[in-house]
Formats: sequence, C-alpha cells, structure tokens
Amino acid sequence: MSATTAGAAPTIKAPRKRIKPFALALELLVCVVILIWTLMPLYSMIEVALEHQDQVFSGVLWPANPTMANFWKVLGQGYWYIAHFWHEMGNSLYIGISTSILTLIIGTMTSFVIGRLRIRHAWIVSNAALLTYTIPMAFLAIPFYRVMQIYGLSDHLWAVTLVEVTFATPYAIFIFQQYGTSIPIQLDEAARIDGATPWQIYWRVYLPLMAPAMVAVGTYALLLAWNEYLYLFLLLSSPDKMTVPVALGRFLNSDEAPWNLMMATAVIYALPPVIIYYLFRRHMSSGLTMGGVKG
Amino acid sequence: MDATVGTTTLGDAAAARGGIRRRLFGEGPHGSDLNWALAFLVPYVAVFLLFVLYPVGYALWLGHHPESYRELFNDPIYLKTIVNTLVYLALGVNLHLFGALMLSGFFTRTNWRVRSLFLVYILPWAVPAIPTFIAIHWMLNGEWGFLNNLLYAVFGIDGPSWLNYRWLALFSSVGAYIWKWMPFWTVIFLAGRMAIPQELYEAADMDGAVGIKRFVHVTFPLLANLYLVCTLLSTIWTLGDFNTIYFVTGGGPALSTHVLATLGFRDAFEVDNPQLGMAAVLSALPLLIPLVVILMRKLAKTEVQI
Repeated sequence: MSATTAGAAPTIKAPRKRIKPFALALELLVCVVILIWTLMPLYSMIEVALEHQDQVFSGVLWPANPTMANFWKVLGQGYWYIAHFWHEMGNSLYIGISTSILTLIIGTMTSFVIGRLRIRHAWIVSNAALLTYTIPMAFLAIPFYRVMQIYGLSDHLWAVTLVEVTFATPYAIFIFQQYGTSIPIQLDEAARIDGATPWQIYWRVYLPLMAPAMVAVGTYALLLAWNEYLYLFLLLSSPDKMTVPVALGRFLNSDEAPWNLMMATAVIYALPPVIIYYLFRRHMSSGLTMGGVKG
Repeated sequence: MDATVGTTTLGDAAAARGGIRRRLFGEGPHGSDLNWALAFLVPYVAVFLLFVLYPVGYALWLGHHPESYRELFNDPIYLKTIVNTLVYLALGVNLHLFGALMLSGFFTRTNWRVRSLFLVYILPWAVPAIPTFIAIHWMLNGEWGFLNNLLYAVFGIDGPSWLNYRWLALFSSVGAYIWKWMPFWTVIFLAGRMAIPQELYEAADMDGAVGIKRFVHVTFPLLANLYLVCTLLSTIWTLGDFNTIYFVTGGGPALSTHVLATLGFRDAFEVDNPQLGMAAVLSALPLLIPLVVILMRKLAKTEVQI
C-alpha cells in the first residue's frame, strides 16, 4: 500500500536519493504484477495469432513453431471468413474518421459560441451537452434502431457515425471550453477591432490556437468509434456494410471458428488506434490534464 | 467590459442562470454576433434534437406499457439480471477506481522503470474493446485457454472453466472490465495528483506526514471531490456497458450473467420484443436518475471536470 502512495508527485529536483533495497524490491514487484496483468490478454491474443490451425487447441504457452502465415492470410483475404477484410477495414476507417471530423467541427463551433461569443443562454447548451454525457450509450440502442429507420439512415454508414458523434460531442465541448479559457479573449477583441467577423475569428484565431486540444479530442472520437460494436451490429445489416468488429463477432458465434485467423484479424484491427495513440500521446495527456482538478 | 470574459466554464454557465440573465442584453454580443452565434449552434442543436431528445422520448414511449413491467418482473432471468447488474456495478466501479487511485500514486514516480511501465500499462485503453474481449473470452476457456495453461504450467493446478459457472463468469467479466478501463481513470487521477501544489507536500513533510499519513491527510482530501465525480460517472458508464458482458460471457451460462444493457438487447432483438427490452433498460432509471442529478449538480457547482 505504502509503495503505491509514498511517491506522490516527487517533482522537485532533489539530490539523487539512494533507493533502499527493500523499496526497490517492492517497486519491482509492483511493476511485475502490473506487467503480467496488462499483457496477459494481449499476449494470449498474439500467441494464438502466431499458431498453426492444428496447434490452436493444444494448450501450449507459446507457439511451438510460430508463423506469420495467419497475418498474410488475413491481409491477402485468403480464407472465406475474411474474404472481404479490406472492405470491412475500409468501412471501419470511414466511420472512425468521419466521426472524428464531425465531432471536431461541431465541438469547436459549439464551444466557440459558449466560450467566446458569450450569448446569454449558452448555459442551456452546456447543460444539454452535460445531460447527453450522462446517458449510458447502450441504453439508447433500441430507440436508435427505430429512429434511424424513420430518418431513412438504416443500413447506412452515416447512421453509426451520427450515433458516435452524438456521444462524443459533449466530451469535445467540455474539453474545448476548458482549453479555450487558456486563450486570452484579447486576441478576439483585437481581431474584432480589425474588423473581423465572428467566422473569421473562429477560423483564423480560435481554431489554430485550439489545435492541441483538437488532436486529443479527435483521437478520443476515433477510439470511441473503433471500440464500437453494438450500433455497428444493429444499424448496419447488409454484407456490403460489414465492419471488422461485427465480422469478429460473427466469427465468435460460428461453430468452427478459426481462432488463429480471428486473433490475427484482431491484432491487425488493434494496430491503428495503438499507433495513433502513441503518436499523439503527449497531446492526449495534455488534453486530459485539463480534466484534472482545480484549486 | 464583461467580467466573465473567457472564463465560461460549467460553473459560470450555472452562475449565468442567476447573474447574466438579468443583465441588459447590450453587454452581450452585437446583433450580428447573435446571428453568428445562432448559426454556429445549429449543428449541435440539430444533433441534440434529432439524436438525443427524439430517441430518449421514443424510448420512454416504448417503455410506458405497464404490462411489459409485469412480464419483466415475472421473468426469473430478469431478477437474476438485477442482482448481476448490482454486483457488477459495486465491484467493477469501486475496484477499478480504487485501483486507479492507488496506481496513479505509483505512476507519479519519475524513474525510468515506472515511466516505461506506464507506456505498457496504458495499452488496454488504446487497444479496441472487441478484439481484446474476444481474446479474454478465449483466454478463459477451461480446456485450452491461456490462463489455465499458465496455471497448470506454473502451479500444476487445473484451473476451473471460468465461463461455465455463474459467479465465476460474472467475476471474470468484472476483471475484464477493470483491465480495460483502469488505465483511463489512472490517467485522470494522475492529472488530479499533478494539480496538487508541491508546497502542500513540503508543508506536510515538515509536519511529519509521510507515507500513508500523507495520503490520508493531504492527497485524498484534495482528490475526494474528483473521486466522487469519477465514481458517479463511472457508475453511469458501467451501467451502460454492453461489450464486456456480451463478449466475455455472452450472458451465459444459461442466461445467468446478463446485465440490464445486454438483457435489453436480447429481449428487444433476439426475443424480438422491443417493449420488453426497453422496459428492462428503463427499469434502471430509479438508479440512474439520482446519479445524473447529483452528477449534474457536482459538475455545475465545482470546477471538477473530466
């Protein structure tokens, strides 16, 4: 217990303290436990992905003769279950990227009004967003199924995008509002004196300065869409609109699931968000730091 | 000039209810600005009306038949589901938040070991949910799952078939949920800890508060509000969690590990009775509404933000 709490915020540049052997051992122990806990599911995923079909049910801890063949099979669409892998990946990307872009556009526009134009009843919008933030996403699945039919959007990729945007914008608005307070309003006023319209202030002043927060929120929206399953499954039905998570789910429910191919698909699907996350990690943490406490 | 310049936060938004509303409009934007503002708001208002208000209204309309609830309460699976949901919430939320709070303290250490560990620790959050939950489903397989292989290889014991017993399966889902979401909350708490002024710790040091004492008397009181808000938010999100149960246990064995979110889905689309499904989901409202009310007040009054 004390090992986890003792080291809170040691940011001062103290002269190098000699670490006691006991404390070091404890720290290493915690490290090892966390490492095993975190990596076990990921390792088991990769381990199966590296196995030959006939070894999958053999109960080994590491593949006897690891093979990359499963990955090539998935990438080359060489098995009937994954015959449309790239098309499915394309659909997933389309939904992820459109969610990101739309969330950024709507989020910045709304937070610009709330934070910069200060109209009187902006709190209504703020609270509406806050209320949306507190609705459990899965709880609206049943009505959304019908509502999207009414809007003529069922079996359309945009239906899922719009659902994701609905649940991503509140977070975007809060982060943008919070981040926007660090941009001095005098910039807006100076631009205004120079005759800039609100649109020009938004486009030329506000957006460029919001870039770091936009990276964080854009990544968040992408991850949200990439984590989705329920709405993909419900709102998209034709084979043409199949996405990777739904294909994986179908795998799971089939009688003779080729687990090694399935796990290879899973690893490939998991790569883009991981890469994006590590690329934008600094922005992510600065975006989230604003979510800390004040005072 | 307007005193609230540039500091419009949620707190101010709430203050605006009382203060700014009574002010003269001349202090606010010019006429043309107002038009711009309204134009800028159109997309979000459209999203809110079309994809929040209407579906919520439709949900309430779907779930307004008393017969659905009668049918629901006569269903033994539903009663099991209620128990599961409460257990899932109580364990899932508290364990992963408390774990995150503790670990955020561990991750404030700045040596290279802990720093590089953090890069690995954050992985579950970055890796998409479906592939990992499917992998966990596989890992927990009693006969050839990785976990039992490992248990056999290291301790020489035959592990149970994790997903074949109700409570074991439910606890496995809780474990998977903790695995996926603890890193996210750790980042939040880490940010909270970083915001605590260093002087406070120095003063505490002088007074002899170190170790657990420092955590109890300095760190936790400062993080308590954040911790409460996180608990409320996490409870709401956990209530709406579909993926974990659906992919780790699939509601099995014998429909005994469903939670409200997955049961609603099952009733609506697999049993093909949307009204029953909606009733199952809406039966969480007595729990959900107080949570939302408290959370809205907390977020509006204090400056805690996620």
